[in-house]
Amino acid sequence: MSTYDRSMALTGQPPKTITRNQKLATLVGMFGLAVMLLAAFNVSFPNKTLWLTISLSALFSGILWFSWEAYSQKLPGIKNDGVWFKSISSKGLWGWMAGIALTGFYIILYFYPEYLGLASKGGNKGVIALFDPLSKALSGNPASQWFVYGTLYTVAILAFGVKFLWKYRHNRYERLRTFSVMFFQTAFAFIIPELMARLNGDKLLNGGSLPYYDLKNVWPLNYYNFEGYRIKGFLSSGDIGFALLIFGILSIFVITPILTYKYGKRWYCSWVCGCGGLAETAGDSFRQLSDKSVKAWRIERWVVHSVVVFVTLMTTAVIYSYLGTDTSKYWLTKSTFLIGVATLLTLVFGWVMLFKREQLQKDAQYGAIGYFVIIMALIGFHFFSGEGHVFLFKSETLRKSYSFLIGSIFSGVIGTGFYPIFGNRVWCRFGCPMAAILGFQQRLFSRFRITTNGGQCISCGNCSTYCEMGIDVRAYAQKGENIVRSSCVGCGICSAVCPRGVLKLENGPQKGRIDSNQVLLGNDVDLMDLVNQK
Amino acid sequence: MENIVIIGNGIAGVTAARHIRKLSNKRIIIISAETDHFFSRTALMYVYMGHMKFEHIQPFEDWFWEKNRIELVRGYVTQVNPKEKKLTIDNVSSLHYDKLIIATGSKPNKFGWPGQDLHGVQGLYSKQDLDLLEVNAPNKEACKRAVIVGGGLIGIELAEMLRSRDIPVTFLVRETSFWNGVLPSGESQMINEHILEHHIDLRLGTNLKEIVSDENGRVKSVIIADTNEEIPCNLVGLTAGVTPNIDFLKDSGIELGRGVKVNRFLETNIKDIYAIGDCAEQHQAIGNRRPIEAVWYTGRMMGETLAQTICGNRIAYNPGHWFNSAKFLDIEYQTYGWVFSERRKAAHEMHFHWRHPEEKICITIAFHQDSRQFLGINTFGIRMRHEVFDRWLSEERTVDFVLEHLADANFDPEFYKKHESGIVSKYNADYGTSIKPKKKSLKRIFQIA
Repeated sequence: MSTYDRSMALTGQPPKTITRNQKLATLVGMFGLAVMLLAAFNVSFPNKTLWLTISLSALFSGILWFSWEAYSQKLPGIKNDGVWFKSISSKGLWGWMAGIALTGFYIILYFYPEYLGLASKGGNKGVIALFDPLSKALSGNPASQWFVYGTLYTVAILAFGVKFLWKYRHNRYERLRTFSVMFFQTAFAFIIPELMARLNGDKLLNGGSLPYYDLKNVWPLNYYNFEGYRIKGFLSSGDIGFALLIFGILSIFVITPILTYKYGKRWYCSWVCGCGGLAETAGDSFRQLSDKSVKAWRIERWVVHSVVVFVTLMTTAVIYSYLGTDTSKYWLTKSTFLIGVATLLTLVFGWVMLFKREQLQKDAQYGAIGYFVIIMALIGFHFFSGEGHVFLFKSETLRKSYSFLIGSIFSGVIGTGFYPIFGNRVWCRFGCPMAAILGFQQRLFSRFRITTNGGQCISCGNCSTYCEMGIDVRAYAQKGENIVRSSCVGCGICSAVCPRGVLKLENGPQKGRIDSNQVLLGNDVDLMDLVNQK
Repeated sequence: MENIVIIGNGIAGVTAARHIRKLSNKRIIIISAETDHFFSRTALMYVYMGHMKFEHIQPFEDWFWEKNRIELVRGYVTQVNPKEKKLTIDNVSSLHYDKLIIATGSKPNKFGWPGQDLHGVQGLYSKQDLDLLEVNAPNKEACKRAVIVGGGLIGIELAEMLRSRDIPVTFLVRETSFWNGVLPSGESQMINEHILEHHIDLRLGTNLKEIVSDENGRVKSVIIADTNEEIPCNLVGLTAGVTPNIDFLKDSGIELGRGVKVNRFLETNIKDIYAIGDCAEQHQAIGNRRPIEAVWYTGRMMGETLAQTICGNRIAYNPGHWFNSAKFLDIEYQTYGWVFSERRKAAHEMHFHWRHPEEKICITIAFHQDSRQFLGINTFGIRMRHEVFDRWLSEERTVDFVLEHLADANFDPEFYKKHESGIVSKYNADYGTSIKPKKKSLKRIFQIA
């Protein structure tokens, strides 16, 4: 079968080939990148504002032009021709090179920002200095490596977002979802926090200064939200700061459960979240690379839930470490806090075991029991350990390890760097504790499901292949079962690529939502009763 | 332990095997000459188009078969000997069975056209056909033009496949409009337009006269009947329907017609031999169905039914309401109940047709002239809910009821434009009614009291 090759050639036969204009567009985009690369090697550009504008515009228009050439001449419809022939999207040489380049970028960004020109004293150099004018215009401060990253991230979501809008121009669900992630990235993640920084020291904030806060980032995705320095920042910034702190707490305990109940976790993961935003736009070309095997699913469940345990322990430890012991100074003390955490976990655990036990697979039950015991045991240790220690470790050690392992390596280097190898949702699937918590709700307490349309499935496999979360959608659809999986981010692509109109994302009554019966309509009704006898 | 042998690892045979395994501990052996593992035949096109790799169209991971104790044998059954309950595989090895299930599917029709066996002439049915297509039409340099003969579902799929590699396609359709033996004229017309939109050279009312060979026995061109026009090409796709793949049974004593003759219990004339799927032919057609149903869904349903019989609960094949689906290039098609083309419909069958003013979207609803009973719906570019139409058909609802509640049946993705008001106002205008479309109700859809 495989008469196709995965050579590096940018030419070739349709559907692999790219047009002359697409080659020119690639050149334009590469020029934009080259300017940044030159800046990184300390080529000093005379007029930084001008050259930054040139560079970003070239990048932006290169992507747009390329996409326009790809889709404008074609009728609306599914555009997956040649996905598995093209080197970039089928783990060919270009895919690997892109993966290695991205991974390298993340390693430098997280661990060696000085190579990008970050200077602790004196002005920025290199590529960071190139971004100074834009940063100063927004926040009034010089750029940092994070500002450079944030800008490029936003450009990627916007430019590839437009590409996605063209690609799925026949599908309103996809279009609205994409407008949404483009908006939240630009406004909430990029512009608002920068503008908020302008308020620092202002009397509006009682002279305090707010920590950098992307309002749509909810704990535990922003695992650092309740660290000491941030709490100080919030509390020092008057009513606004206090309101933001309360908003941060409400986000995870009130707002997300309600929205997830009503719409499933998609309201966040594929409509709002920045990680999801990048995955859905820039990462769209790699969604088919996710591993659909049962083995991968097993690994996913263990890894992602371990991260949840890790982040819960770590956050508890960090908060614990800066709380006092004297109730007369502040109502929340070390011990009341720990008791509070333990109570909350017990309530959740008890509720699941009492009411939702039947819906959990066996290993999930084992997992829940195991982890619950660990947490209780570790909290128990507190009462036998000394000052400055929480559980078995120093809280600072825990925080640093989490930030390094999960915050940098997992979400950045592996999560995004490996898009062209493992698919675009590696982080969301295996690593994101937020996704795991929302997924837990989605599985047990939500109106969301993907409905299978009676007996119409032909087992073709488009849904499973293009599921970025590695869900074997077909395994359910071909049996006539609805799909209710905790990892589903509701991107809607399975429904879009289905050639027979079998799948529909919808919110409906919980009764009958998870139907494990193999009811394939079309056959004898009495026979179906027999088939469903277990 | 009883030894169940299934010839053919398509949807019918594999469904039977899976359900027999659920119900029993019998030994199950599946023999296939085509592939090692079950794959979705309907998805072969996506492999050529690069949407999926072959491994993606295999619905079960490779460990599935061993885990479920379903033994797979790769080989071609050359002979069946019912007297000794034995089969011969590849003329050499023989295999005993206690019960035999024939699920060998179809093969492409060839109608004796001159040149139909030349190199570069092929059908599109099997994995081997797909491999052959990669040889015959790897790209637009090697295949400067392809001619497809036969305007049905496989023909249009083959056209779409070739167009994905930018290969020019001439599409010879015998009928005066695409698939109008099945589709009512409005729908057929819309598909004609869509085919042209995809830059396919559609030739309606055109018959093939002969396929011309070059000096190496490869196809060089085709000649059209009547006009004698010669069209140079490097590939001829024969897609004029399929016929049961049963030649190996000729001298077995099993009663054959066009397919393997079976009764309602899917039993052949010989005890312990059954036939299901594309290759089975009912003695008497069931309802409006054809005696041979070469459809994915019916293969699956027969497999489910026969598994019960094999496992001791003898049950007749009793399919429910007819449904089917397909995709014509970018346009999805679903049907529930019966909507016949003008050529085949009975006098009492009335059609209500609505087509979107700009987009390629339309529906046709069939109903009984006198009782106004809803008979079926064809929908193009709108997805509909199988469960709801199945219920309405069972409840024998009227066409007015269906139109009033049409929103309940919509299965399009969220936020899609709704068309109910346009459809209902056209209906009101056509029949002088004053139906007001009801809003979608989750209570009705999910039958919540």
